[in-house]
Amino acid sequence: MASAALGAMPTRPRRTRVLRPGVWILPPLAALGFAFLYPLALVALQSFSPDDGGHSVEPWRQVLASAAFRNALWNTVWIASGATAGCVVLGFFLALVIAFVPFPGARALGRFIDTFLAFPSFLIALALVFIYGSAGMANSLLTGLTGSHGTPIAFLATPWGVLLAEVTYFTPFVMRPLLAAFSQVETAQIETASSLGARPWRIVHQVILPEALPSLAAGGSLALVMCLNEFGIVLFTGAKGVTTLPTLVYSRAILQSDYPAACVIAMVNVLLSVALYGVYRLCLRGRHRRGGSRAGA
Amino acid sequence: MRDSYRPVRPSALTATPSHATRDRIPAAPDRRYITDPPDIRPGWNPYTRIGNTALVATRTPPRSPDRSAAPPPDLRPHSRSGIDFQEITVAYHGAVVLDRFTLSVAPGEVVALLGPSGSGKTTALRTVAGFTTPASGRVYIGGRDVTALPPYERGIGMVVQQYALFPHMRVDQNVAFGLKARKVTRRDIPGRVSEALELTGMASFAARYPRELSGGQQQRVAIARALAIRPDVLLLDEPLSALDARLRSDMLTELARLHRELPDLSVLYVTHDQIEALTLADRIAVMKDARLVDCGTPQQLYRRPGDTFTASFVGDANLLPVTVEAGGGPHDTPVRLDGTPLRATAPTPLPTGSTATLCIRPHLLRIVRATDAANLLRGTVAHVQWRGATHRLLVDLPAGRRITADLTEPQVPVGPGDPVTLGFDAEDAILLGALPDGADRVPAPGGADG
Repeated sequence: MASAALGAMPTRPRRTRVLRPGVWILPPLAALGFAFLYPLALVALQSFSPDDGGHSVEPWRQVLASAAFRNALWNTVWIASGATAGCVVLGFFLALVIAFVPFPGARALGRFIDTFLAFPSFLIALALVFIYGSAGMANSLLTGLTGSHGTPIAFLATPWGVLLAEVTYFTPFVMRPLLAAFSQVETAQIETASSLGARPWRIVHQVILPEALPSLAAGGSLALVMCLNEFGIVLFTGAKGVTTLPTLVYSRAILQSDYPAACVIAMVNVLLSVALYGVYRLCLRGRHRRGGSRAGA
Repeated sequence: MRDSYRPVRPSALTATPSHATRDRIPAAPDRRYITDPPDIRPGWNPYTRIGNTALVATRTPPRSPDRSAAPPPDLRPHSRSGIDFQEITVAYHGAVVLDRFTLSVAPGEVVALLGPSGSGKTTALRTVAGFTTPASGRVYIGGRDVTALPPYERGIGMVVQQYALFPHMRVDQNVAFGLKARKVTRRDIPGRVSEALELTGMASFAARYPRELSGGQQQRVAIARALAIRPDVLLLDEPLSALDARLRSDMLTELARLHRELPDLSVLYVTHDQIEALTLADRIAVMKDARLVDCGTPQQLYRRPGDTFTASFVGDANLLPVTVEAGGGPHDTPVRLDGTPLRATAPTPLPTGSTATLCIRPHLLRIVRATDAANLLRGTVAHVQWRGATHRLLVDLPAGRRITADLTEPQVPVGPGDPVTLGFDAEDAILLGALPDGADRVPAPGGADG
């Protein structure tokens, strides 16, 4: 009866309110603008605002002409590039072993890598100080063996120390996406390649590497960007004479209160990161155009 | 110096059963087993000939009319292919997954390993390929002991269920992969790739990527890739399982054609599908619980199965427990099924009074009206399944057993509840020495469907 009554009731079509697609874009765009673009715009604006007032390119001219900036830029680029190359080579090799060479504890090692990503970077630098520092284990061992009173291993306070620390810390950032990509490579492909006569090295560079290349590029570019902006490791190793762009920004802004110069250096750092990201995207696009990987970004 | 091309067909080989079947399958005059012991010649290495372009051939593969202008693909393998398993045992963590497996695949022969999941057939194939190391026993390919060789030195072609094409390579690059790996001269590779693609009908797809192909096309490319290296043996691991029924049927025809064009290629074909095995194989090796339980030609296994498992797995079968009675001959042995006298064929003599299993194929049963004829089973129709070309009748016998009969269009329509009398010829009813599993319960015709 109730259903009959309901059935007799006139049904009024419900009006569905359709929002324009542009409306959905506004909230995230506003959040992005407020949290990121606006502060960035302030930094960019400050870089054109000398201390004596007005707006000019004078801060840019002064910074770009200074030897300290050029030195920091060079240090930043070569340390970041070297560390990234190290991370890519070491990460690829380690991920390959973990994924394809069965050994007890491989799964636990994979889990540890996940945990490692959460560690702060200065922790690695601190650990290296305990090992390779002037009073570290390695030096104590060597001085005990040789009887010398000097410091046999003294590279930690050099750019090479920074490089080692960055490779150690950022390699898992390359390994994580690689391990995910390797898990997608079919065992049957590897076995078929082997049955066709391919030796392990050929399988790695003609079957596994091409399929994992997008992940390797993603991990490598992530490591590169993080190396470019790394601050804690450089500070903690206490490397003498090693000034990178982030430490130079800190020095100009906090120690010298030269905000326009700090903003100029920060903008250069941002442009460097964006340019490298652009190169990465171009490489990926070219690869897809050639009909490359199925696992694109 | 290259060995001359010497086609050896299985029919030319006489019979000596492997250890697993020797005791069980006596005196079948037409059952083909391989007697040749592995021809182990020190220093013989088939890989020294892989790069050769001119092969000695005595047989020209048939040309299809539309390819008459093109030269015939020359992908014949070198002579002396063939596989020999000798007492292979494989165990994982103490569990035996292949138990003393002995089997010979002659040059040019297609042998299907047929069995349910977990029966060890894929393990046997992987042992030939080199991906599984046996705990004991030896594997020979072309007479050469390959047990300790890595997969890339075994000279095999392999096609797997998932195709395993390299997704970042075009079709022609996929096919060329094995040739490059084997250091075939750069000049010869395009020709060899074209030949392989022609053979599988994929020449016009050479520039495509695997993702741009259908499942059947991808499987053809996988076969072309395996054949391009001119393997001594071809291993097919459930190659059609991922295809739909129509494609599977087409690919079966294609595989049969390929084998006609490559008569010297030894093929080991792993499948759980009896139709594929019956269609393609020169011989079928039936596996169960990590063991080889029977081996023979498809016709032998179908018409004269060696045991109840083979009878139920190779084709559908009614398996009925009977008691052997005195008198008669091997083709007219009297038996009794729940009190009903019947006559059957006994490939091996069975003692009077012993219990045996009567195997009758469902399609060899027919509805009869005469009541005084021999070999009659009276029962009641329980279900009728229309299967297009046939009607499947499930008939309940008085003793509580159920049998299956596949009939073409019955003259008198029957339905559930109708009494029916089924008849069969004594030569179509085979006596097997052992009782089927669960013989006291209802037999399970069609057990091979799964």
